[in-house]
Amino acid sequence: MEEKEHEALFRPLEETGRRFYLFIAFLLVVIGWGVFAYFRQLRLGLGITGLNRPIFWGVYITNFVFFIGLSHAGTLISAILRILGAEWRRPFTRLAEAVTVFSLPFGAGSILIDLGRIDRLLEVALHPRFQSPILWDVAAVSTYLISSVVFFYIALIPDVAMLRDRYPRASAWRRRLYQVLALGWKGTEAQYRRLESVMGWFAIFLSLLVVTVHTVVSWIFGMTIVPGWHTAIIGPYFLVGAIFSGVAAVGVVAAVLRGVLGLQRYITPRHFNYLGQFLAALAIAWFYFTFAEVLTTIYGSEPAHMAVFFAKFREEFSWAFFSMFFFCFLLPLPILAWRRTRTIFGVVVAGLSINLGMWLERYTVIVPSLSRPRLPYEWGLYTPTWIEWSITAACVAGFILLYTLFAKLFPVVAIWELKEEVPELSDALERKTTEALSP
Amino acid sequence: MPRWAMVIDLDKCIGCQSCTAACRAENNVPFVGPEQAELGRAIFWNEVLFHIEGEFPHVKASIIPRPCFHCENPPCVKVCPVGATYRREEDGLVLQRYERCIGCRYCTVACPYGARYFRWYDGEWPDGVDRYQNPDVPLRPKGIVEKCTFCVHRLDEGLPIPACNQACPTGARFFGDLDDPASEVSQLARSPRASRLLEDLGTEPRVFYLKEGA
Ligand code: SF4
Repeated sequence: MEEKEHEALFRPLEETGRRFYLFIAFLLVVIGWGVFAYFRQLRLGLGITGLNRPIFWGVYITNFVFFIGLSHAGTLISAILRILGAEWRRPFTRLAEAVTVFSLPFGAGSILIDLGRIDRLLEVALHPRFQSPILWDVAAVSTYLISSVVFFYIALIPDVAMLRDRYPRASAWRRRLYQVLALGWKGTEAQYRRLESVMGWFAIFLSLLVVTVHTVVSWIFGMTIVPGWHTAIIGPYFLVGAIFSGVAAVGVVAAVLRGVLGLQRYITPRHFNYLGQFLAALAIAWFYFTFAEVLTTIYGSEPAHMAVFFAKFREEFSWAFFSMFFFCFLLPLPILAWRRTRTIFGVVVAGLSINLGMWLERYTVIVPSLSRPRLPYEWGLYTPTWIEWSITAACVAGFILLYTLFAKLFPVVAIWELKEEVPELSDALERKTTEALSP
Repeated sequence: MPRWAMVIDLDKCIGCQSCTAACRAENNVPFVGPEQAELGRAIFWNEVLFHIEGEFPHVKASIIPRPCFHCENPPCVKVCPVGATYRREEDGLVLQRYERCIGCRYCTVACPYGARYFRWYDGEWPDGVDRYQNPDVPLRPKGIVEKCTFCVHRLDEGLPIPACNQACPTGARFFGDLDDPASEVSQLARSPRASRLLEDLGTEPRVFYLKEGA
């Protein structure tokens, strides 16, 4: 039966080497350090960050937008490909969705880290004012989090049931975990049919939600009259950026999993070829939005807007602006556009570069605008402190930790979906791409 | 109910900072020390902005005292997720519920005048100064936003003059009811010298400036 055939997918669940524990220990140290930094911030106040007046928002809000952005690809890729019925998605969807599910908590968490009075969080529930875009965000992000977790989870059920039956002698907690999560799945025809139909509807809902969520995230900025933020383009611009960085992250994660867990049979150069093409298109779309925004600002030449533009273009933020451009566009596009470099390694390099660039993009959207208030104050300088960097590192480590633990407990490829794949079609595709890829 | 407003005559202002000092004492605005002030953490419910424009010899210096403008259409109130900053029904003052603010700093970002201040730290009260704290004004903890209230505690007790106005040695600041056509402020606010800051943003501030050199 299919279990034998997919033995490779179970190996990480069964064998745990020393390197695994070392890696986990390393992540825990980074997270522990970040937690320490956060408690210090709680005790001493936000004064120990680099924030000030007028730069009230900095690295934490950048992280918020960044992680929410990161979360945008997994669901999008898997939902849209499901709607389109793209068969090659099958070995790929779960690992992409996991990026969504594990990065979202750090996006939402970053906002909480940024609060001056986290102890009063309940006020948001007690006295919500829906006039505030923050409330729109609370609504959108929590809907998104819940729906993508549910989407992710229901697609996991058949495999969890398989694990439950496969490991009757696993440790007690693990048996229990599989037992509970499997929800008594029996794998009957009717159950599969119901699962498929729920997933289908969810896919449509989630694709729409992806658009809503990141647009609403951008509106936190766009709804204010702050120069540089108050544009209509900010919604679609953020959305494209989110998908861009998310897809790039999926590429990197897929390559790492493929190497570390030995998934060569499932995640093939074909997947990376598609991802690479998609990323190249997104890079061009990203450039289009950046160009449209910059040109509109320059041509209009309103002083308040120009002050922000110059801050990015030739004053203290020019390093961030130009490195953003390099990492988001100049470096990845040629790699991805050229067939010879659109390899697995190429996608990894481009993916890392794009994510670095997109973090910088969020930063250059948020901070320079705040640094140039309309009234003639002294302009503030912002240098993030070790507290902010430690917490940022902890968020990244937290994402990796959740992912690693997941990969230890569950197969990262949806095994039950594989058996449904139409073999001839996928083989034909495989052949075609291999031909295309061979020099 | 009166519609409180302020008029500041820039011709009379000499930039002496008496208003700032009086406000600090009246409203228990804490000190932060020179290093923190350098970092942009100082708190001034009333701040005197010095602005120098142009290059020598064509320089124009202007001094603009800036309290909170208590806008009719306040951008800060719009964005607050919990209603910690709100517009008081009866007189339209823009006030702050210190005990409710979650410190998200959305309002500080949204205010185009930089009139709102975040408490980066617990306040610092140098030796002895705490003996002079004003019992009528609550002390605020760290992690929240605060700003000028037009001395609402005075207004509510029937004393219609904020501390800054009272302290001004040149009588550059006027305060009163904008709805009363006979009041000094409403007459001055209608003078051809009167204007408001960043009027084109549509915030409708209730602090009017009388132009210099008229
Ligand atoms: S900082 Fe306080 S007053 Fe300002 S928007 Fe946030 S909760 Fe409201």
